[in-house]
Amino acid sequence: MRRSRVLMAGAATAALLFTAACSTDVPDAPAGGGETAAEAGEEASESGANSEWFVQADYDRQLAQRTAVPEGPAEQPWLQAIDPEYVDTAQYAKEGGKKLCFSNASVSNPWRVTGFITMQQQVEVLKTSGEISEFRVSDAADDDNKQISDIQAFVEAGDCDAIIISPSTTATLTPAVEAACESGKPVIVFDRGVNSDCMVTYIHPIGGYAYGADGAEFLVENLEPGSKVLALRILPGVDVLENRWAAADKIFSESDIEVVGQEFTGGDGAKIKDIVTQYLQRGDVDGIWMDAGDGAVAAVEAFEDAGKPYPVFMGEDELSFMRKWQETDMTALGAVYSNFQWRTPILAAQKIWNGEQVPAEWVLPQSPITGEDLDAYLEANKDMPSLHYAKFGGEDLPGYPEAWTNR
Amino acid sequence: MSASTPATSPSGTQAPTRGGFSRWVQRVTSGSTWTVYALLIVVFVAILVMNPSFGEPMSIMAFLKKAAPLIVLAIGQYFVIVSGEFDLSVGSLVGAQVVIAAKLIDGEESMTWPVIGLMVLFGLGVGLVNGLIVTLLKVPSFITTLGMMLVLYGAIRLWTGGAPTGSLTEGFRQWGRGGLPDTPGQFQVPYAVLITVVLGVVAVVVMRRPFGRTLVATGDNDVAAAFSGTAVWWVRTRAFLFSGFMATVAGILIGGYAGVTAQVGEGLEFMAITAVVLGGVVLGGGRGSVVAAMAGALTLDALFTLFNQLSLPSTIRPAVQGVIIIAAVAYAAMPRRSRTAPPGAPSSPTTPAGVPEPTVPKEPQPAAP
Repeated sequence: MRRSRVLMAGAATAALLFTAACSTDVPDAPAGGGETAAEAGEEASESGANSEWFVQADYDRQLAQRTAVPEGPAEQPWLQAIDPEYVDTAQYAKEGGKKLCFSNASVSNPWRVTGFITMQQQVEVLKTSGEISEFRVSDAADDDNKQISDIQAFVEAGDCDAIIISPSTTATLTPAVEAACESGKPVIVFDRGVNSDCMVTYIHPIGGYAYGADGAEFLVENLEPGSKVLALRILPGVDVLENRWAAADKIFSESDIEVVGQEFTGGDGAKIKDIVTQYLQRGDVDGIWMDAGDGAVAAVEAFEDAGKPYPVFMGEDELSFMRKWQETDMTALGAVYSNFQWRTPILAAQKIWNGEQVPAEWVLPQSPITGEDLDAYLEANKDMPSLHYAKFGGEDLPGYPEAWTNR
Repeated sequence: MSASTPATSPSGTQAPTRGGFSRWVQRVTSGSTWTVYALLIVVFVAILVMNPSFGEPMSIMAFLKKAAPLIVLAIGQYFVIVSGEFDLSVGSLVGAQVVIAAKLIDGEESMTWPVIGLMVLFGLGVGLVNGLIVTLLKVPSFITTLGMMLVLYGAIRLWTGGAPTGSLTEGFRQWGRGGLPDTPGQFQVPYAVLITVVLGVVAVVVMRRPFGRTLVATGDNDVAAAFSGTAVWWVRTRAFLFSGFMATVAGILIGGYAGVTAQVGEGLEFMAITAVVLGGVVLGGGRGSVVAAMAGALTLDALFTLFNQLSLPSTIRPAVQGVIIIAAVAYAAMPRRSRTAPPGAPSSPTTPAGVPEPTVPKEPQPAAP
């Protein structure tokens, strides 16, 4: 009896550990990035950023793109492009109602949920006009293998008039995307990239280095020399998030700011609040840098509950944070990983079917929300729920605002 | 049993005199409740050495407020484990409860109490389903609650479209965030701590009543318990009901503490099981005290606080939890008597909760000369 009990406990323990391991290594990056893992692995620079994820050339390019004037209509940033090189798409021109296929990595975080709603609303417009007859979506739930078979299913079905792919990870999905290209259908990749240029267009905002640098520069400008900054990060080893930190790390190391710690939180509010509380018990923290805004409000509350003055804060354009920011009037920045990019692939497909040129690499503008813009963005989004992203770019779609408020 | 038990007679020399100290050592190393209290003190002292400001009343209260949800979960998990089962669904249930609360309340203060009532019913419902499937359909609890964990995880994502929406009200959040007196930034006794103390007292009382005795007896040997007139299915189902209720309270506390995020509740079932095991409660049931399980939760949280002080990355947590589970189970399985009893002395198996172990055959005595 006792022996069997021990065996049972042992077996249970093994199963527990196995499941525990599985539950922690899912890369649920809240946003994508324009960089690839292979790029990041090469030529690691020693210039300040002590990270193997730092690539000086990408960093320089992205920081320059922040001030570049994009081509395209200013009131429709989802159609703008920075330094575009156009490619011909005449061979894909097609009349009548078309079938559009979309392989989605997941809708596992609020940023992706918001974007996917915008995408569906854009599809509705083209369905009404008769350009899209069917919109077929596969959700891979952050599983590379599932997404590979999703893409294969689209290719084998053979009736997709265009395939949109939002890859779950870079290297693993590359062969699947190449196979889709070889099928002869136009392929559009957006958000995270792949190690290939076979697709007609690759759509993404400026990228992770720009995102991380926006916040780090803001903290350096608004803090006294010698101030202490705590960096809160989601997960290690995800390229899109590592790039954000690599840029910030470089900027902090070249300034007089002291980084008192960088902690991985999994984006869990309870963990974030606990960690910030512990740092506050050990000494003051003057600034918070976050690689994604999930749980930013919990970090702010940790200062409130400890009776400490508000820090200079880098959050995201997520509404619960922006409302907290307005309410507390703290010095903050809402970094933006342009959520409106979810509209662009649909409009790119429309252009391709019309035989119009599209940029081979379609770099969308990406600019943070500052204290001056805050009230205007909150007023524009006053009916929107928490966990909605201010720069979602769907205000002119017919489903606005119900599609986003009743999610 | 005897094959794997080397005759460790030399250990008898460790306790030449049965003095107070050696008795204390025996208690602390006995793998019983005393071990976790000793560990808790060691971890606290280590934290205080690293960071004296942790000893300030405000810091202690902040720590307890943070630890409260896990302690509550550990109470619920204790009931299930001591009855001989597992509940792996509590982490998902906590997450589901917070997401349900945020979506249904959606910032409406008047909705706070109705939704809390609904959450309690939902938690009890999940516990009831778990319990009935385990006891009446005879599905092992490991499978039942693993399935429930996935069902809840998937159903919530289906319902919300992938990520949580809505927001919680101040009235809801005060239970996990606020305290008495109601002045943030000053010393206050968190409501979460008061709730945890009340639930802890209730749990201790319940365990001293006939139900508690029956629960332990069922976990120790359900056949014997059934023969002695216990309705085993109903006893175990009630344990799952307790667990579902405690997960609901933990959900209210966590939602209050940190608000709603997509990741809330992830991995909590493993934290709770680790805490209970650390408290000396034997996986498989029949032995362990609920206070020690609560101390186990407190120790686990203190341990993670210590890791943070040591600047260890938080990604090390799962690994540490794994080591703790293995070590605690292995420790509990070690033959204890031969370490402390003098050679040839009549054996009396150490049973932490004072519950006799009728099913364990007496181990062979070390060969007395």
